[in-house]
Amino acid sequence: MRILSLAGRRLAASIPTLFLILIGVFLLLQFAPGDTVDALMAQMGGGDAATARELRKFYGLDVSVPVRLGNYLLHLVQLDLGFSSIYGKPVATVILERLPPTILLMTASLSFAFFFGLVFGIIAARGVNKWPDTLISTLGLIFYATPSFWFGLMAIVVFSIYLQWLPAGGFEDIGQAQSGLWRMIDIARHLILPTLTLGLIFLAIYLRIMRASMLEVLNLDYVRTARAKGLDETRVVMGHVLRNALLPMVTLIGLQAGTMLGGSVVVESVFSLPGLGRLAYESVVQRDLNTLLGIVFVSALLVITVNFVVDLLYARLDPRISAEG
Amino acid sequence: MDLTRLEINRRTALLTSAAIAANVINPMRAFAQETPKKGGVFNVHYGAEQRQLNPSIQASTGVYIISGKIQESLVDLDADGKPVGVLAESWESSADGKTITFKLRKGVTWHDGKPFTSADVAFTAMNMWKKILNYGSTLQLFLTAVDTPDPQTAIFRYERPMPLSLLLRALPDLGYISAKHLYESGDIRQNPTNLAPVGTGPFKFVKYERGQYIIADRNPDYWRSGAPYLDRIVWKVITDRSAAAAQLEAGELQYCPFSSLTISDMARLGKDKRFIVTTKGNEGNARTNTIEFNFRRKELSDIRVRRAIAHAINVPFFIENFLGDFAKLGTGPIPSTSTDFYPGADTPQYPYDKAKAAALLDEAGFKAGPGGARFSLKLLPAPWGEDISLWSTFIQQSLKDVGITVEIVRNDGGGFLKQVYDEHAFDLATGWHQYRNDPAVSTTVWYRSGQPKGAPWTNQWGWEDKQVDATIDNALTELDATKRKAIYAEFVKEVNTELPVWMPIEQIFVTVITAKARNHSNTPRWGSSSWHDLWLSA
Repeated sequence: MRILSLAGRRLAASIPTLFLILIGVFLLLQFAPGDTVDALMAQMGGGDAATARELRKFYGLDVSVPVRLGNYLLHLVQLDLGFSSIYGKPVATVILERLPPTILLMTASLSFAFFFGLVFGIIAARGVNKWPDTLISTLGLIFYATPSFWFGLMAIVVFSIYLQWLPAGGFEDIGQAQSGLWRMIDIARHLILPTLTLGLIFLAIYLRIMRASMLEVLNLDYVRTARAKGLDETRVVMGHVLRNALLPMVTLIGLQAGTMLGGSVVVESVFSLPGLGRLAYESVVQRDLNTLLGIVFVSALLVITVNFVVDLLYARLDPRISAEG
Repeated sequence: MDLTRLEINRRTALLTSAAIAANVINPMRAFAQETPKKGGVFNVHYGAEQRQLNPSIQASTGVYIISGKIQESLVDLDADGKPVGVLAESWESSADGKTITFKLRKGVTWHDGKPFTSADVAFTAMNMWKKILNYGSTLQLFLTAVDTPDPQTAIFRYERPMPLSLLLRALPDLGYISAKHLYESGDIRQNPTNLAPVGTGPFKFVKYERGQYIIADRNPDYWRSGAPYLDRIVWKVITDRSAAAAQLEAGELQYCPFSSLTISDMARLGKDKRFIVTTKGNEGNARTNTIEFNFRRKELSDIRVRRAIAHAINVPFFIENFLGDFAKLGTGPIPSTSTDFYPGADTPQYPYDKAKAAALLDEAGFKAGPGGARFSLKLLPAPWGEDISLWSTFIQQSLKDVGITVEIVRNDGGGFLKQVYDEHAFDLATGWHQYRNDPAVSTTVWYRSGQPKGAPWTNQWGWEDKQVDATIDNALTELDATKRKAIYAEFVKEVNTELPVWMPIEQIFVTVITAKARNHSNTPRWGSSSWHDLWLSA
């Protein structure tokens, strides 16, 4: 019950923020030259003025900006995200179709980055300034400095073109329709390279944070006490150090959930995945305001949810931080 | 860029007979004796998804590349670029040019089994071409009715004479037929058939997964017996050009149409035996790079300044070093691929001559100030292609040499069109003029005065010339093909003299296709055509 009321309060607090964000994006897009009809004309390779006028009416662009904003917000409070002009479908449907690949990719690469960041961070911290630490830190720096599109393309060249182990792009095999377990395996195969590409940069960050945080905690008095009790090193690390060292890592997850949604535009484009990032990019180029606002709305909800879970995790990791506080 | 290496590729890519070397023509001869093989899946790169797929209401290669296999036009172009009947078997024009009669093919059915008749033609022409289709609404402006005395006859009635040759040149692109029974009720633009096209063509639409792929399968009841050969076509949505090249190499794509890869990838793949890189099959999709002048700037309204700018740019150098094999020197608005209308290079031209440019600017009264600067201009490049971006930088550097400072302002597609063609917030603009096989369809709107504000790719320069207007209007109603050609030659002379827009580079789209493909690139608009004879060798 306590959790529910906390969730309720958090959500209520984020509603004004959400509205401000939406209005901001709406107004920002008004400053971009051209509307969705200009974008459509660009795509068609030309058309006459009568066609353009007709299309503006069709897309509801013949009324003033405040009226359009008002209409949008009015629909939004009724939980109606409006109609997408590029897709000709309700925005909610369009987003729902694109959500699974993004969430799959995001969860997979976050988990990958978190897990390996944790492990490598511990190894590096325990052998600080010895060769495992140097090796891991150097690799981390390389991953961090490599642009993800380049990494993705190189992964395709190596694993898809030369070795032919993994597919070069797409979400699943179009050739044969699969179902159940086989489809899951097929999708997983398609997601290996994108996950690695997106995850490696984050892995670098996680391992640096984990290493630093481990080193800090390892020097605290209670760790010395634990060692003095005669505990072996593994138990010291696992039972005493890890839990406290994890706090900054968990904070980072909360912060990066949002970044990952945005950062996946590049990875989604390189691997031709039908995700939210690409949808957002397309909506901007095509000036599809409803879709873009819908994506902002859904992304904001996702970030709020993730941060809420992170808050709960804090309380679990460190009982001194109460969920009430 | 390594020019000596590009040289080899130039031969594979260029159409001119002297340049066609062993790489391209010999394999084609070799497989001319092979027996066509049925079956196979053909995977096509699809770079930019469109909002809808019906070619009767949207004229663009992004639609034809898909629906051109599903829906059919009244006529198409044959290997020599001459109109050949598809859904129409024959046509004739009345002596006054106001009545054009099409005899339609018998025994053709829509993919849903209903028969194709003249009613479909009349419905499409009156409700789609005339009202919605871009370019079509201009072409069919004076179409008053389409009579259907019997199911195999469609009689087009025009208020003013319509040259048959113009109509036949335009119809391969602007003559796609949609099924009346699927469109007659409700708003045509919102019809769900637009995203699940139904046609009479060799392939039947199966599935469209937005952001991922489109699938079409063999139509077993196709009217050309024995066709098509392929079992299935899959268009894969890949927005990243380098990723598409990688998928091509990994064998996950067989065809990248309309210059959809980066210039460097196309040059590289041209040396790879597994692929054919060619401009053949795209002659019907020629384009020219433009320099558009805004006459509202007093400097640019002076013809000497416009000519100075044209003279200041070393176009052959730019082509050789940046575009390589995929472009050639242009001579004005009608490209040399347009055999029916190309007037030759015997029109006013502006070869590179820096001294002359400087002299012209001096003469116009824009003397070089301290540091050599005369005045500054804002250049808006269109975002359609890598070449435009390179070209705009080249213009900037060339003009700097004659004392004109150029500031480049980049926009995305919608922004570019809005700023140039609606708000006129540019001094110079550069993009593509896409030539659609007859100047009246695609080209004269760039020069004819009286274009409504906001219409993209039209005369928005603040320039008006009564003589040019009259020439354009004369050609529009001239029924004699030879005379029309002569009028358009006159037109090119006039606009090259006045220079409201300069079109100094010609390009044809580049095809990258697997060497296993047979019967490919065999018509001037092959990428858009139906692919009924395309097959894949083992």
